[in-house]
Amino acid sequence: MSRRYDSRTTIFSPEGRLYQVEYAMEAIGNAGSAIGILSKDGVILVGEKKVTSKLLQTSASTEKMYKIDDHVACAVAGIMSDANILINTARVQAQRYTFAYQEPMPVEQLVQSLCDTKQGYTQFGGLRPFGVSFLFAGWDKNYGFQLYMSDPSGNYSGWKAAAIGANNQAAQSMLKQDYKDEITREEAIQLAIKVLSKTMDSTSLTSEKLELAEVFLSNGNVKYQVCSPETLTQLLLKSGVTQPAADAS
Amino acid sequence: MESVFGLVGKDFAIVVADSSAVHSILVHKTNEDKIMVLDSHKLMGASGETGDRAQFTEYVQKNVALYQFRNGIPLTTAATANFTRGELATALRKNPYMVNIILAGYDKDVGPSLYFIDYIASLHKVDKAAFGYGSYFALSMMDRHYRRDMSVEEAIELVDKCIREIRSRLVVAPPNFLIKIVDKDGAREYGWRESIKDAPVAAA
Repeated sequence: MSRRYDSRTTIFSPEGRLYQVEYAMEAIGNAGSAIGILSKDGVILVGEKKVTSKLLQTSASTEKMYKIDDHVACAVAGIMSDANILINTARVQAQRYTFAYQEPMPVEQLVQSLCDTKQGYTQFGGLRPFGVSFLFAGWDKNYGFQLYMSDPSGNYSGWKAAAIGANNQAAQSMLKQDYKDEITREEAIQLAIKVLSKTMDSTSLTSEKLELAEVFLSNGNVKYQVCSPETLTQLLLKSGVTQPAADAS
Repeated sequence: MESVFGLVGKDFAIVVADSSAVHSILVHKTNEDKIMVLDSHKLMGASGETGDRAQFTEYVQKNVALYQFRNGIPLTTAATANFTRGELATALRKNPYMVNIILAGYDKDVGPSLYFIDYIASLHKVDKAAFGYGSYFALSMMDRHYRRDMSVEEAIELVDKCIREIRSRLVVAPPNFLIKIVDKDGAREYGWRESIKDAPVAAA
């Protein structure tokens, strides 16, 4: 029966739902999770890398974090091939804006333009919605540091701390419990690691399973920095999530 | 003939324009406003083909307003200048607008600024600028007397010097001038310098 309303994204079910969009959100629930936390001196993004095979060679240094422009980065959860398309449009939008105004694009506008694209695929016939959720971390001169979350329906919202992907509800509630205003970037990293260590399936956290990126100001310029595996290992040790190698053996 | 000029003072910027609507050797009116108020803190003085000037300045004004409605934040003066330049540059290779623009604005973080944009889409951030036949006199006057830290009174005195020079040295000098100012309190009319009076007519 539900088949009648499943097959096309553009049709409401009698209960007023759009099944294809809901399924797309469901698809993201299975993807590796990502957490973003807004702190007073920057925004951090932490992502869970799904290690599929030891033999897999990854060319890029990151697989979940993407730099959109000098002042905006995002973390992805969902279908990567869909995400690549959206990331490309986001980058194009950001450059178009700088071309027109010779100024960096305000973060919310960038998020909004991308969500307009996403929304289009839930309305115009014959197309499948993008199975991707994003966390956007950025800085602009009007509103300072910002964190946004977007979903396949094209909705977006600003957050102090947010989680997407597998187990995002558990992560979200932990963040709600432990988040404090005035949190520093370092504390935010520790909090994100703690939350991920509890919501991820794997027993022990290692630097191979995690990705950490930060957006912050250095000498008045916005900087996007991806944490190296070595520093990440240090951070994991510091948080007490993993034991030193000597102890483990 | 047309004279549009502007300058940046201590914490304000001024744009001055003649107010003659001319066709061939005929003066149609002498109270035409050639300085568009783009938004609360921006002025756009323009010279050039009358129709192009009206069309283009209004187009920019509406785009600035649209940006503010869409995004809840105003466009900065620098962004507006670059947008305007971009529009002129794309039009240049299709159906160019014959307009020269002096854009003045005030931003909280950068203070007053003035931009010179001509019809072939070049853009310069400057302290003083002028267009039209009056520019020969206005520019040399400003070269001699301009200072970056001028007060409003000093700047207006310089503006009056320029107007006096244009009126006395230019064969085809326009009779009336309009002065507008922009500072932290916004963009507004400062005053008129009229040597003849047009009978007021209801707006089109």
